[in-house]
Amino acid sequence: MASEYHSSGEYIKHHLQNLTYGQHADGTWGFAHGAEEAAAMGFWAINVDSMLFSIGLGVLFLFLFRMAAKKATVGVPTGLQNFVEWVIEFIDHSVRGSFSHQNAMVAPLALTVFMWVFLMNLMDLLPVDWLPFAATMAGVPYLKVVPSTDPNVTFGMSLSIFFLVLYYSVKMKGAGGFFSELAFQPFPKFLFPVNLLLEGVGLIAKPISLALRLFGNMYAGEMIFILIALMFGGSWILALFGGALQWAWAVFHILIITLQAFIFMTLTIVYLDMAHAEHH
Amino acid sequence: MNFNATLIGQSITFILFVWFCMKFVWPPIMNALETRKKQIADGLAAGDRGKHELELAAKKAADNLRDAKAQAAEVIVQAEKRAAQIVEEAKTAAKEEGDRQLAAAQANIEQEANRARESLREQVAGLAVAGAEKILRREVNAQTHADLLGQLKAEL
Repeated sequence: MASEYHSSGEYIKHHLQNLTYGQHADGTWGFAHGAEEAAAMGFWAINVDSMLFSIGLGVLFLFLFRMAAKKATVGVPTGLQNFVEWVIEFIDHSVRGSFSHQNAMVAPLALTVFMWVFLMNLMDLLPVDWLPFAATMAGVPYLKVVPSTDPNVTFGMSLSIFFLVLYYSVKMKGAGGFFSELAFQPFPKFLFPVNLLLEGVGLIAKPISLALRLFGNMYAGEMIFILIALMFGGSWILALFGGALQWAWAVFHILIITLQAFIFMTLTIVYLDMAHAEHH
Repeated sequence: MNFNATLIGQSITFILFVWFCMKFVWPPIMNALETRKKQIADGLAAGDRGKHELELAAKKAADNLRDAKAQAAEVIVQAEKRAAQIVEEAKTAAKEEGDRQLAAAQANIEQEANRARESLREQVAGLAVAGAEKILRREVNAQTHADLLGQLKAEL
């Protein structure tokens, strides 16, 4: 499938480029053609493919779960309700295990994080060329189907969670309590600049590591799928070998996408638990 | 990897999704789960209670049966006793009646015999008087010889 590209490098670059809408250097608005153009658009541009796929998957998740919630009966659950209850009990169990305070928002937040990240990761299992090829046929120049390989998406979530952590830290401990937690430990008070630096880095590292972990895993996984897909352009032996590799990597990836969704959710719960906890 | 407004769009989307999930998805399902959990617990408790009640009822039924058997046995014993008593009474009554009838018959016989003897005595006395009259060839005055005749009658 790489045959219509001039080189492997171009193929890879094409697959890793988001469909970005923004203002061109000449002042007109439109889709960026290439990474340089997208970068030149600055901050006020939007990755249309990431937004469409993430919103679509999020709506799919909420639609399915809302449908189950509406029909939720106390009697014997069947089909969709069974599945939804299974997921919800799993999330509830995780939240009860890691979160030891009273907050009605944490469990639904964890459910949303888990299901949304999982569905976004799941797009990785679609063969890398299907949707981009269809989009090219339809005249759309770029299409990246896995939203979680876009750092904007992962950072969008982790920064929202970070602001929740800040909000609950201040709400639970008061501004002074939160500051003293940052400044007066682990070393004695007179070393407070050192404490502030240490704890500040630790605090900032939370959302960054949360976002980068998911992004890095998905980006690397996608990259390997793309590299394997390059083999389909070679001889038939190479293509056959590529097919086997793709299958094996996809099977392994089922584990990774679930695991990454679970880690993202668990860390979200743990960070919020830490925000609620009083330090001594 | 360049950051742009997708970051903000994604944050807003995320917050909206969480809000929707918190309002319309989590509570109804959790509610159903909790209610079902409670119902199952109640059902199990009711089952236990039912089993316990069944045991009690079985015990009670066995007790009742035993009492009824004992009562029936007692009734039978009493009935037998009463039957024996009735037979005994009937026997006694029959014997008494027999004795009474026997006594009446004997009295009757004795009476009849006495009467026969009396009439026989009168006839003999008559005959004796007639014989004496014939022997004396004269009329015996019954009034003058009444004491003689009475003496004779008593001797006979």
